[in-house]
Amino acid sequence: MATAAKFELTDDSVVVIVGTGAGGGVLANELAQKGVKVVALEAGGRYLPEDYVNDEWESFGQLAWTDPRTTSGDWRVAKDFSGLPAWIVKAVGGTSIHWAGASLRFQDHEWKALSTYGPVEGASLLDWPLDAAEMAPWYDKAEAKLGVTGVGGRARLPGSNNYKVFEKGALAVGYKEVHTGNMAINSADYDGRMACQQTGFCFQGCKWGAKWSTAYTDIPRGEATGNLEVRDHAHVARILHDDSGKVTGVEYFDKDGNLQMQKARLVAVAGNSFESPRLLLNSHSSMFPDGLANSSGQVGRNYMRHTTGSVYATFEQPVKMWRGTTMAGIIRDEARHDPSRGFVGGYELETLSLGLPFMAAFLDPGGWGREFTTALDSYANMAGMWIVGEDMPQTENRVTLSDTTDKFGLKVANVNFSDHPNDVAMRNHAYKQGQAIYKAVGATRTLPTPPYPSTHNLGTNRMSERREDGVVDRNGRAHDVPNLFVSDGSQFTTGAAENPTLTIVALAIRQADHIAREMAAGNV
Amino acid sequence: MTRLNKQGLTRRALLSRAVAAGALAVAGPGFIAAPDAAWAVEVTAISEHQMATLLQMARDIYPHDRVGDRFYAVAIKSYDVTEQKDMVAEGIAALDEAAKKAGFDTYIAAGWEDDRVAILRSIQDTPFFQTVRGGLVTGLYNQKDIWPIFGYEGESFSQGGYIDRGFDDIDWL
Repeated sequence: MATAAKFELTDDSVVVIVGTGAGGGVLANELAQKGVKVVALEAGGRYLPEDYVNDEWESFGQLAWTDPRTTSGDWRVAKDFSGLPAWIVKAVGGTSIHWAGASLRFQDHEWKALSTYGPVEGASLLDWPLDAAEMAPWYDKAEAKLGVTGVGGRARLPGSNNYKVFEKGALAVGYKEVHTGNMAINSADYDGRMACQQTGFCFQGCKWGAKWSTAYTDIPRGEATGNLEVRDHAHVARILHDDSGKVTGVEYFDKDGNLQMQKARLVAVAGNSFESPRLLLNSHSSMFPDGLANSSGQVGRNYMRHTTGSVYATFEQPVKMWRGTTMAGIIRDEARHDPSRGFVGGYELETLSLGLPFMAAFLDPGGWGREFTTALDSYANMAGMWIVGEDMPQTENRVTLSDTTDKFGLKVANVNFSDHPNDVAMRNHAYKQGQAIYKAVGATRTLPTPPYPSTHNLGTNRMSERREDGVVDRNGRAHDVPNLFVSDGSQFTTGAAENPTLTIVALAIRQADHIAREMAAGNV
Repeated sequence: MTRLNKQGLTRRALLSRAVAAGALAVAGPGFIAAPDAAWAVEVTAISEHQMATLLQMARDIYPHDRVGDRFYAVAIKSYDVTEQKDMVAEGIAALDEAAKKAGFDTYIAAGWEDDRVAILRSIQDTPFFQTVRGGLVTGLYNQKDIWPIFGYEGESFSQGGYIDRGFDDIDWL
């Protein structure tokens, strides 16, 4: 393997990417493959499959972003996990280490939520400035990169115990589209990665490398080109600009806590939907008093987290749901848009399992006594599923700068979120359906479980056709700043019902193509 | 015993001092022990009554009838330090006061779980209760030794996952 590149802080020809997850990590590799010089700055450390641990709390301590954040709004997370609004990763590879692997394309109509659903009171819905036809070839590339099962001639994964319970219940209540999913987890050796060994602990990082993560695919491959330098433990504080309003570099705290300045020809922000708007807001200046790229006032707004929740159920006999992949199957019948159900948009039902330690923490946060403990007593006889539905963007669901500061003295993100009535109606519908599915296979008890700290964080730098409606254009380029891009889920205009990673990857591949062309043409 | 030994206990010393005096007995001086002396907790900063109360409280918050007292003892042992002494003393005084209002001498004097749970409900919004409850979520359920009681198998990578060990072995559907 070639020695990874090392660039000078004063080298103003490099592209600087902030974050190395599904967005930033893919963009870094794709640009490096095209000969573009890249410095990727990652706030966390570097961990590889041999470092990951099959232990929920220990892994959480190793990988999770636990720097301070604050919360507000009426969502239950603000009460139960007030300092932990999201369960995402701080490490080279970002949350692509933690994700479960579900890789679903948006449904065609979901690119046009406002046109399809019509105006929804209290929601700031918008159509994406992209559509399904334009995205199709990029999805093809993303699926091939991730090795998604069930497409491209790749076999689906076998069904686990948790899946079998779920499938039988789903078919019994009349659902038709039920299978083990489209997963970025190998059902057979693919692209130098081995097949899934049904170990469980997908959330803790796949020790086999059977699940795709930038940590051990795109990042080392980008480094092998000699065009990519990844600096870990590099916490970006602000983005700098010149008098013309173009960005010129970033200031960051290095692993020793010293402030450094890396010059740049172009900056791409991919720190997930809390850190990306936080960075733009913390980069305010006399020219950009409300934050960088924020003439629209939309930076940080329209935060979406998917309408989620879980349904667990206990049975007379053992299920052992922890055996095998964490997300082992899907029901897609409710993903359609059908307002007759009392809400717009749709939702997916996907199996989920938690180990005993996390089940105790998340089943009913704050709950105690025998109602709680008798459910855990039946842990081995439990099956589980997760709800993933489209939630409504709302202008006041937003990331702002908190009065709390981190260890560098930087203001942290405050995350304000309240459910829209559409979100509540959808969640209640999904709870009812999930409970019916398990009752159809003899559940002795069903447990509609509240949302966990968010893993799907979207929309806080949204993409819009018109500059006054959002932060970035159809290529993820800031409306206000020609050489500033957003490359993570924060650019999502709306959230759709699907797990977001495949779309983040497809957008990153597409954006790399755009940036390389614009650089070659001398336009940026 | 391994885990308790790590907490600074010596089994020999406990066995020589233990007095069988009923479940969760204050076996004093300086420690409480199970009647059969299978386990015990030394008390240094807080009183035996306070430790026994914490233990009962832990059981009543997260009651699992197949989980022995020794696991709860491990989960609450961290309160027996000087820094926690005042918090524990005030919290348990308030708990015993609530018990008196309900007609019992102390919290642990209430013989039925239902009665003790009613007393706990009356203080469940206090920082003391929430601190004890919150600490138990990891202090109790993250003890690897209790996982088998719930059937949870923990780490599986070193055994090659479940691909050949029953990931799809359900036979009752």
